[in-house]
This record gives sequence, structure tokens and C-alpha cells, in this order.
Amino acid sequence: MTDLNLLLLQTVTGIALGSVYALLAIGLSLIFGMLTVVNFAHGAYFMVGAYIGVYVLSATGSFFASLLAVFFSTGLFGLLTERVLVRPLYGRGPDYPLLLTFGLSYVIIDVIRIIFGVEGLQSSTPAALQGSVNIGIGYFPIYRLFLIAAAAVIITALWLFIEKSRYGLIIRAGARDPEIVRILGIDVAKVWLLVFGLGTAIAGLSGVLAAPIRTVTPEMGIPVLVESFVVTVVGGMGSIGGAVIAGLLVGVVYSLTALYAPALAELSIFALMALVLVVRPQGLFGREGLME
Amino acid sequence: MSETNIRRRKLLLSAAAAATTPFWINSVRAQEGPIRIGYPVPLTGPYAAEAKDQVQGAELAIMEFNESGGLNGRKCELLVRDTKLSPGEAATRTLELIEKDKANFIVGSLSSSVQLAVNNVAKERRIIYSSISQSDTINEVKDWSPYTFHEAMNPTMTAGAVGRYVFPKYGKRIAFLTADYAYGHEMVKGFQRAGKPFGVETLIDIRHPIGASDYSTFLPRIMSLKPDILFFCNFGRDLISSIKQAGDFGLKNNTRFVTPQLTLTARLAGGSDVFDGVIGGATYYWRLEDTVPSAKAFNDKYRKAYAGAVPSDFSALGYSSVRAILTAARNAGSTDSDKVSTALRQLKYDFTKGPEYYRNCDHQAVQSVLVIESKSKNMKDKNDVFDIVAIEKPDESHLRSCQELGHKA
Repeated sequence: MTDLNLLLLQTVTGIALGSVYALLAIGLSLIFGMLTVVNFAHGAYFMVGAYIGVYVLSATGSFFASLLAVFFSTGLFGLLTERVLVRPLYGRGPDYPLLLTFGLSYVIIDVIRIIFGVEGLQSSTPAALQGSVNIGIGYFPIYRLFLIAAAAVIITALWLFIEKSRYGLIIRAGARDPEIVRILGIDVAKVWLLVFGLGTAIAGLSGVLAAPIRTVTPEMGIPVLVESFVVTVVGGMGSIGGAVIAGLLVGVVYSLTALYAPALAELSIFALMALVLVVRPQGLFGREGLME
Repeated sequence: MSETNIRRRKLLLSAAAAATTPFWINSVRAQEGPIRIGYPVPLTGPYAAEAKDQVQGAELAIMEFNESGGLNGRKCELLVRDTKLSPGEAATRTLELIEKDKANFIVGSLSSSVQLAVNNVAKERRIIYSSISQSDTINEVKDWSPYTFHEAMNPTMTAGAVGRYVFPKYGKRIAFLTADYAYGHEMVKGFQRAGKPFGVETLIDIRHPIGASDYSTFLPRIMSLKPDILFFCNFGRDLISSIKQAGDFGLKNNTRFVTPQLTLTARLAGGSDVFDGVIGGATYYWRLEDTVPSAKAFNDKYRKAYAGAVPSDFSALGYSSVRAILTAARNAGSTDSDKVSTALRQLKYDFTKGPEYYRNCDHQAVQSVLVIESKSKNMKDKNDVFDIVAIEKPDESHLRSCQELGHKA
């Protein structure tokens, strides 16, 4: 393996890692951009998605079925959360829903511990996606290639939904100026409900997609929350395009640092975040003043 | 000198005396009522599965002790506490166990740094602590005390036995993927020490943070070096994730995967494909029952108590450490720390895996080390997952010498 090939392979590894980051950050950013709710339970939805996914996969044997089941169940769970817990807190400043979701994440983790035990579940790669394949620069796991493709499909679908569909138009308008949208006779509360559900559904999807390469445990969402916040801050809170680009960027920065200085890899993404905050406090693609 | 001045001086003196009074005077243990064993283990977090096994093993030993009459009628109870795998949390829980719950003994912990924190609290209060987690440091003179016992194997023995088995067989160009804390570092040292006579060459030693979830970024570099052996010096979920991801990258095709501690718990959680062909050391494996009578007896009791489950490494460690302490307490006729410590030093026992004893200078349990290989074929049942490929007999010469640890011979 030549040095150039190693560098390229390392970059592809970073992109695969980054596609999970991007997916996670999109959900977080979507909710924040529209509702200005900082969802601290995002990692918990990721974990719930992984659990439901592994459970459905072992029951039905179909990976596709598990993806669908997770999308709808974590989405429904998100709808319930918004309707019952988050909605009463609108208009009280961003720290109320932040504390609420923070507490909720602990509740969810403990409920999963009670139902499935503290040891975690065994998760295996779907048979068709096992093994590795030569991609010209060296061997790379098939599943991670699938991960990049799956993330691309989900992101494209979301983009089409928001940019090209009627509902997307309402969502975008609602984010810009909820007052005017309300005057036009549209129920903004329903839009927010939908957005929250969509965000959690995508978090659940990232969980089920990450399950085969990670260990599925009650605490698996905790580090993920930190990473997705870093990505969201780098990309700009509330910017979906920013979340995608920052996700890939953070993945590649992590990966390349790991190649030359493995001990600094963890630190590198925080250094990147600090740098972005100094140069561009609103993030690479963020709008100013969202937190006010 | 005025009277008030003298009074003041007296007051200061007694305050100073109180301040220098050793902790242990303040915490005289009850010599009646139930015997309490404090048991700080990581019930939540990445080693949760192993901690559960530790608890089951200890409970079995206590059940047996109580059913056979206790210590002149004194029954024993287990006080389990969650360390959350944090040295600070573990120290606080241990302090509570000793000061508030009046624990007579402390057993437990899982993680090399946590056990040092627990040991520190226990030894200052002259309470016997038996550690059931791997560590080399705990036997060294600066951490050790006459109340410190180490039931688990240590990295020097474990990595030594595994290394002596794999180097001649699989090659001498080696790489490490290491959890960046004491356990990982000590295991790397153990393998390198064992590898010296074989002339092994370390190509790379990559350190990752404990609890990392993605290892992919470390793997292309390791692949490009084409090592004969890749040592995974990590544990629990970290081990499962990293072995799984390295396998996905196709690293297994040319490289043998080896880990210092291959446990039943990790193997069952990870699955047969993930672990296929992985070699590692073990304190205990239930198939020892084919050749060792005490293993058969222990397995049978365990199966009976836990609905047919077989004990893992950490069940066996929990069981034998608690049983050793309770046996020593019976021999001493007391729960007094000094008397039980002396009785433990004199103990020769065979509770799970053949003969064992605590080396006098450092209280390390001298015991056999198993080398096992994970299989995916020819399995008799779901727990028949390893082949025992070598057993290193109990042998003090495989330990670091007493002088090396700083003890007077």
C-alpha cells in the first residue's frame, strides 16, 4: 500500500464516519433551526433507533423492514415528545426545553436498561453487506460503503422534501417568520410537531445504520450527542447544508488526525470547533441571532 | 505564661493529635452481627455485563457460606455498589461502605485505575481489599499494603502466557491497538516483556480513548503495516467494537487477532463471527470441568443457582475471592483485618481452577493461566465457544520478582 493510497483510504474512512455525523447533525439542526429547541435527547433517540432496529431485524430478518420500523417508531416517539413535553415550554427561552430534553435522555436510557438489560444487544452486519471489497486504493468494508450511500439517499430525500415540496415550503416559511405563516391560516403548531418528529426519526435511522459497526448499549448515544453538537456548531446551528458539510469535514479531520497522531484525534474535532467559533461564531453556514 | 495560654496550647495539641490519628481507630469493626462485604463494581457502563457476573459469583460464595453455618452463626451479606467505572465514584462508594455501612471487607472493582482508588481508601482504614481486576501496579510496594490482596491475574502473567503461546506460532511482527489507560499500557508492557526472548518487533502501538465507539480511523494504517499479530489491549465493549470493525476491514485475512483477556461474556455479547479465531488469555473457562474436579463442582453449583448458566471469568473471580476471605475468616475465627490477612497468607485453596495461593510478599494469587481460542464450529451448546489451547501451570517465575516490585523478598 503506497502512502497516497493510505491517505486516500483514510479519507474514505473519514467520509464514512462523517456520513453518520452528518445524519445525526441534520436531525439536531432541523429541530433547532425551526423550533429553536436544543434537543439534548438526540443521542437517546439514536440509541432507541438502534435497539428497535436490532430487535426488528432479528424478528423479521429484513434490514429494510428494520429501517422502516425505526423511522416510523422513533418519529412517532418524537411526535409524542413534542406534543406532550416540549410544546408547553414554547416561548420560555431555549434553556427550558434544553433542560427538559436533558432529563428525558436519562429517563429513556434507564427505561432501555430496565427493558433490555445493561449489557446491550448483539448486532451483526446484514449478510449481504458483510466483508470488505477492494475499492482500488485498498480494502474497505462493504457496510461502510453502504453507510455512505444510505446517508446520501436520506439527505437527498430530506432536501427534496424541504426544498421542493409544498410542506417543505411551509416549514421553511415557518422557520423564517412564524407570525406571517400563522396569519396566512396555517397551523404552525402542526408544522413544529412534524419537524420534531422528522428530526427524531432521522436520529433513529442513524442509530439503526450505526448499529452493525458499534455495540448496541443503553449508553451508546452519549458520546454521539457530543459529536453531533460539535458538527452542528461547526456547520452552523439551524443550517441543514451546513450540517452535511460539517459532518463530512469533522469525519475527515478526525480520520486524518488519527493517521498521523492517533492520540490527538479526539481533540482535533474540538480544536476545529474552537477555530470555527473564533473565526465565524455563527458556524460555517449559520444565521446570526438564532439563540436570541 | 497565663492560664488561658496554657489551655489554648493544650487545645491545639489535642487537635493536632486528633488530626494525626489514623483513620482506622475511628472505624473499629463490629465483631458480631452480620459480616458485611462491600462490593464496588461497574454496574453501568461499558463493563456492565462483566460486573453482573462478578456479583453472581460473589453471591454464590456467600450463599454457600451462610448455608454451612457462617462464622460461628454469623451470616454474611453482600453490599453491591456501582462504581460507574470512575475512580472518584468508586472511592466515594468504598468510603461509604467502610464508614457508613461498616463493611468488614471490600472485594471487587473492574478496571485497573478504579481498583487502585478502592485500594487506597481501604488500606488507609486497614480494611482488607481483594481485587478481582487485572493490575500490575497494585502489587508494587507503593500501592500495596498488608491488607491488599490480588485475586485476579496480573498483566505480566496474562500477557506472558498468551505471548509465549502466540509468538512462536504466529510470528514476530506485532501491532497494538490499546485502550489509553493503565490496563492497556500494562498489557502492552507484558507482551513486550514476554516477546523479548523471541525477538519480536513492535510495528506500531495505537492508543485510543477508553469507551471509543469507532475504530475505523486507526485501521488503514495497521493494515498497511501487515503485522503477523494484532494485539487488542482493550476490554469489554471496546474490545467487541474494535475486533468487529477490524474484521470488517478484512484485517483478519493476514493477521492473527489476539487479546490479553478473552472472556465468555465478551464472546457471547459479540457473537461467533466477530470472535472467530481470536486468541486470548483467561482466568477461567467453564470447559475446565473436563479435567479439573473443582471446576466441575463450581460449575454445577453455579448452574443450579442461576438457571443453567455457566460461570464466566468474572463469576469465577467473584466467587473465589469472596470464598477465600470467608474461609480465612473461619480459619482465623474472626473478622479482624490482621487475623484474616494472616489466615489468607496461609491459605492454600482450590475453589474453581486447581491449586492457588497468595504469594507472601505481595499477596498476588499464584494460579494457572489459560490460553483459549474462539471457535465457530463444533460447538456442543451455545456456551461452548472456546478451545483451551494451552494452560500455564501456577509458577512464581512467571511473575515479576518480589524485589522487582520493591518488596523485601
